[in-house]
Amino acid sequence: MTSVTDPPQGSFRLSMLLNDTRYRSYTFQFIALVLLIAFMAYLGINLVRNLAAQGLNISFSFLGDPAGYDINQRPIEYDSQSTHLRAAVVGILNTLIVAFLACVTATIFGVTAGVLRLSSNWVVRKLMSFYVEIFRNIPVLIWIIIIFSIMTVAMPAPRAFRGDNATSSMLFESFAFTNRGVYSPAPVIDGAAGWIVVGVFIASIIGIFAYRKFATKKLYDTGQLLPTFWPSVAMFFVPTILVYFILGRPITLDYPSLQGFNFQGGLHLRGSLIALWFALAIYTGAFIAENVRAGIQAISKGQTEAAASLGLRPGRIMNLVVLPQALRVIIPPLISQYLNITKNSSLAIAVGYMDVTSTLGGITLNQTGRAIEAILLLMLFYLTISLLISGVMNVYNNSVKLQER
Amino acid sequence: MKKTAFYGALTVAGFAASMASAATLDDVKERGVLNCGVTTGLVGFASPDANGVWDGFDVGVCRAVAAAVLGDSDAVEFVPTTGKTRFTALASGEIDMLARNTTWTFSRDVDLKFEFVGINYYDGQGFLVPRDLGVSSAKELDGATVCIQTGTTTELNLADYFRSNNISYEPVPIETNAEGQQQYLAGACDVYTTDASGLAATRAAFENPADHVVLPEIVSKEPLGPLVRHGDNDWADVVRWSLNALIAAEELGVTSANIEELAAAPTGNPEVNRLLGTEGELGAMLGLEADWAKNAIAAGGNYGELFEKNIGENTPIGLARGLNAQWTDGGLLYSPPFR
Repeated sequence: MTSVTDPPQGSFRLSMLLNDTRYRSYTFQFIALVLLIAFMAYLGINLVRNLAAQGLNISFSFLGDPAGYDINQRPIEYDSQSTHLRAAVVGILNTLIVAFLACVTATIFGVTAGVLRLSSNWVVRKLMSFYVEIFRNIPVLIWIIIIFSIMTVAMPAPRAFRGDNATSSMLFESFAFTNRGVYSPAPVIDGAAGWIVVGVFIASIIGIFAYRKFATKKLYDTGQLLPTFWPSVAMFFVPTILVYFILGRPITLDYPSLQGFNFQGGLHLRGSLIALWFALAIYTGAFIAENVRAGIQAISKGQTEAAASLGLRPGRIMNLVVLPQALRVIIPPLISQYLNITKNSSLAIAVGYMDVTSTLGGITLNQTGRAIEAILLLMLFYLTISLLISGVMNVYNNSVKLQER
Repeated sequence: MKKTAFYGALTVAGFAASMASAATLDDVKERGVLNCGVTTGLVGFASPDANGVWDGFDVGVCRAVAAAVLGDSDAVEFVPTTGKTRFTALASGEIDMLARNTTWTFSRDVDLKFEFVGINYYDGQGFLVPRDLGVSSAKELDGATVCIQTGTTTELNLADYFRSNNISYEPVPIETNAEGQQQYLAGACDVYTTDASGLAATRAAFENPADHVVLPEIVSKEPLGPLVRHGDNDWADVVRWSLNALIAAEELGVTSANIEELAAAPTGNPEVNRLLGTEGELGAMLGLEADWAKNAIAAGGNYGELFEKNIGENTPIGLARGLNAQWTDGGLLYSPPFR
């Protein structure tokens, strides 16, 4: 825009703004900008005027009032006397939980299906294209409802587990599959000793990565190939199990049991969470499968043949030659799939999963009537979380992309 | 691009707000159709019959208003709304009035800027449980899973009731009554809670209604009534007095059977005459024809007839008049005088 107000010295005439190709584009961009600002201003004034006409105002003070409603899935402390703000935070955490679970699962489904779609086995190949075409071409909302309805209708109610001649029984005495969700044992960490075990476990995972890095460096420096698989397995299990028994089993399992109307104790994965998680994962997994296939096929066949002629086995060709190069093609569309999962998680409302759209954009909006404020906050949240995800994924993308000089 | 999306949403909000104009009565007359918000389907209160014609107790109020304003009880466009969409639909001007068993509360009246014009059903929140659960009181529901329609006052009452009785529950939020029915029948929730009238209507639609019981506890006051937007008093008056006409007609003994005869010529009862427009100028004061109330009553009968036909004791829903009897019969229905 400065070039309009700051013309080159000498021969600039006003008519050049239209006639000279050097300036014409700036002229039109400026006009477009003015029109856009005018349109926004019109909308803004319209909104303010109409709100005033209805005697409404924009105020966020409702966030401090008691919410008055209960939420079933509470990652943090919450009851009906907590504030609307806290209800929104509970919703945000629930959104992040289902988005994270679905992203991880969709990636596993997608990479597996994408690689298997290129398998030389006819049955496997066709099965995978069947999966991709079926799940990709039916809207995700339908999948959510299908899975939820199947769970509700086909699974037994908790009361089927009751009595001497119960019609249903728990798997391994510890897992109960009901139409209210899945109940499984939950680990209970017992005091400081329990946390030490958890700390050792995390430390050994870091240790595995450090060891693998060391092995790679050794390979490059000296050409000596250290074994990585079995040492990794050993590091994963041995220290944690040793510490666990030395400290006298400080982590116990809390088994679910039928008490009163419901199963109590243990971990309760609600039907709504399972339906949403699974539907998002298989739906988006089908898209990711196509991304993976495209990425692999983008690597010229010559690379595979060259690797084979060096004597590499097919598995190693895939892991060492093809996939690292394919990642460059796979990662950018994968970012948008992750964003899609996060945004599609707002379909939670269809099955009553209490994500942020259901708490802040649903019940809170409804009980307070603060529609504009609640929707603004929702937009802000989804915008922030989407930018964060793409920011993180772009950092990863930069680390795997072709280093060009 | 992100900015554009942001302003796009503001646009929707801005445009939606601009549609709510002040003179609803003129709009309705000009349009020739009344847009009336009802439930998505609750047998007895508002549901389409086999031919797709809406019928029910709340529908009767809509038809009475349409008959009073337009002289035609079929000039109604029924807009199904959920517990969550109803207020937006009314505030944005999509519907002219809402008759959707909506509870009259302070915050809805004052903060949400609506005008409740009266009460057409005095209700309270109850609990529906399967008979074989062996529960006889709501206080025994500790730890139960409760299906509940989101965006309703029942959601807040439920939280209050369980908290004040110091018992726990697991809420399962659902969007529509049909969804709640499906979840409840599949055993995905132990209890279904909503207004007692709604429970009776829902139970009536079950295959074996006798296998389910409504617990004796009524945990809240739920005065249900039609509402309009705040700030259009002329229109609020039309809806308020159309409802009052139905209630007064029952009290004065005006029924759909004798209304033609009573309206043909002035009778011995001056209030009946004023109501039916054979005496005085009440219709003109509202900006309507003189026979507005006659049309409203003739549309589906007086309050008592509407009640008996849609939700009364001889219907599958089987609700007794109870609090909803005329004040002369010990109930709470009491229309201000037509004078």
